[in-house]
Amino acid sequence: MSDVAKAVSNDRANNPIYRRRVWVNRFNMTMSMATMAFGMVFLIWILITLFSKGFAAFGPQLFTQMTPPPGSDGGLANAIFGSALMVGASVLIATPVGIMAGIYLVEVGRDNWVAKITRFVNDILLSAPSIVIGLFVYSLIVFQVRHYSGWAGAVALAIIAVPVVVRTTENMLMLVPNSLREAAVALGAPMWKVVLMVTLKAVRGGVITGILLALARVSGETAPLLFTSLNNQFWSTDMNAPMANLPVVIFQFAMSPYEDWQRLAWAGALLITLTVLLLNILARTVFRQKTQ
Amino acid sequence: MDAASTRTFALQDAIFARSTQFFAMLVLVTLLAILGSLVYGAWPTITQVGPKFLVDGTWDPVRRLFGGLAPLWGTIITATIAMVIAVPVSFGIAIFLTEMCPPVLKRPLGTAVELLAAIPSIIYGMWGLFIFAPLFGEYVQPALTATVGKLPVVGTLFQGPPIGIGVLSAGIILSVMVIPFTASVMRDVFETTPAILKESAYGLGATTWEVMWNVVLPYTKTGVVGGVMLGLGRALGETMAVTFVIGNAYNISPKLFEPGNSIASSLANEFNEASDPLHLSALISLGLVLFILTFCVLAASRWMLASLAKREGKRT
Repeated sequence: MSDVAKAVSNDRANNPIYRRRVWVNRFNMTMSMATMAFGMVFLIWILITLFSKGFAAFGPQLFTQMTPPPGSDGGLANAIFGSALMVGASVLIATPVGIMAGIYLVEVGRDNWVAKITRFVNDILLSAPSIVIGLFVYSLIVFQVRHYSGWAGAVALAIIAVPVVVRTTENMLMLVPNSLREAAVALGAPMWKVVLMVTLKAVRGGVITGILLALARVSGETAPLLFTSLNNQFWSTDMNAPMANLPVVIFQFAMSPYEDWQRLAWAGALLITLTVLLLNILARTVFRQKTQ
Repeated sequence: MDAASTRTFALQDAIFARSTQFFAMLVLVTLLAILGSLVYGAWPTITQVGPKFLVDGTWDPVRRLFGGLAPLWGTIITATIAMVIAVPVSFGIAIFLTEMCPPVLKRPLGTAVELLAAIPSIIYGMWGLFIFAPLFGEYVQPALTATVGKLPVVGTLFQGPPIGIGVLSAGIILSVMVIPFTASVMRDVFETTPAILKESAYGLGATTWEVMWNVVLPYTKTGVVGGVMLGLGRALGETMAVTFVIGNAYNISPKLFEPGNSIASSLANEFNEASDPLHLSALISLGLVLFILTFCVLAASRWMLASLAKREGKRT
């Protein structure tokens, strides 16, 4: 280092303003790293607990036996089946509704007032408290027919899934270049053919991503099922009757004082988390292939 | 193309446009229907209890006295605790992810944060009840009472039975749940800052912190507030993470170690057992209050995030 450079760096090191700035920066950057570590520690801690407690109770009986009364062995077969049925039904309802509404927002309405308000309302519904949606479906269906049912649960979950599908469909369709639409229109295709066979087809992967994300979101929802499908101790395929489902069983079993119930709750919790994470990762990889 | 097929196409298109509009309107109508059904269900309480419902703290189903202040208080307090912890932590995480993180780790850590936001809230609740609460009650709470609890005024917050479950624990669990949400929104928002702005500041000799605090934050402040409000909306309406650890007691107290209740946890615990129509209606009124509260917060959040997006759109 030349003498001049040395003098400059000495001067800087002795300058109190410069020193303060460096220290403030070091302190804040250390804090930033600490917050990242803080966040990661909690979240890794949660995952480790989940895996160790969940795997302890994992086994084939989970999928073959029914939810037991306290004090005896059992599995979660009826709850897994019920969850799959209701989540499946809700996504089947939500997919067409969400895709059609998304098409309206981009291809038909664009910037008219219906589209603007719908976009805003959809964003609100995307984060609306799920327990309030449970209350709504309770008053809408359960209170009218006077009994809890799997259908009510599926409708509540569908209301949660629709905004997710609308949002991703809209975002994906926005990415389609206008020249593609113009080319199709120039060939004389009517609008519905342009939308369904050209633009929607071009973003198929993205739309599937949205459906997978909706599926993941809905799989772990507990609050809206409490007042709609309730629970059922037995194997039931009747969507018109109360239906067992994983989240509510986990809630009931975890809050109980019985140890074998709590063990099953952990196994169920692990099962749900793995499903949700798997769906999320799947959604991401499908989407990635699409953009490349 | 002959005239007949043109007419058929026009008709098909009209039907197609109308049917997509129908589904878009369905989304709109759902929100109105939720509001309508809640107001309808809450009507007996609105007429029989009136505005007193929001300021009265007695909740006694046996004597048919329903005042919603205790759960409302619990909801606001737990959400406040959650945000007090989550905002600085998410800010730190977002700074780390945008400015400090080695490029190799950027994608995996960013994805990890997003995946953690996807974990169902019931998992956070169970972890809170079985793992966090016992440790918190045994080690942290006595220590807090013995140190901060002795201070005047602020000390009152850190008093109460050290049993692990209570309002403070619920707030902490909520914050752990909300951090991934706010952190990922903040990171996305920070990344909208044009590189040229940051580079100019670095070129003038600014430190990383100075760039974040004096350039990136002012540029993105509406978006950051929007992200915080989005997290607040989640925290206010969260059911499962809170119900497990809040203790479920109708209690209005400045002592944060005491058990309490939030709107969502009262609903989760009592709604299926309520048989008295006035009791049901009082619970639905709580739901209505929660819905209006989150609606306002989320609307404000959307408006702020949208105004940032608009500015970004103008720039490019």
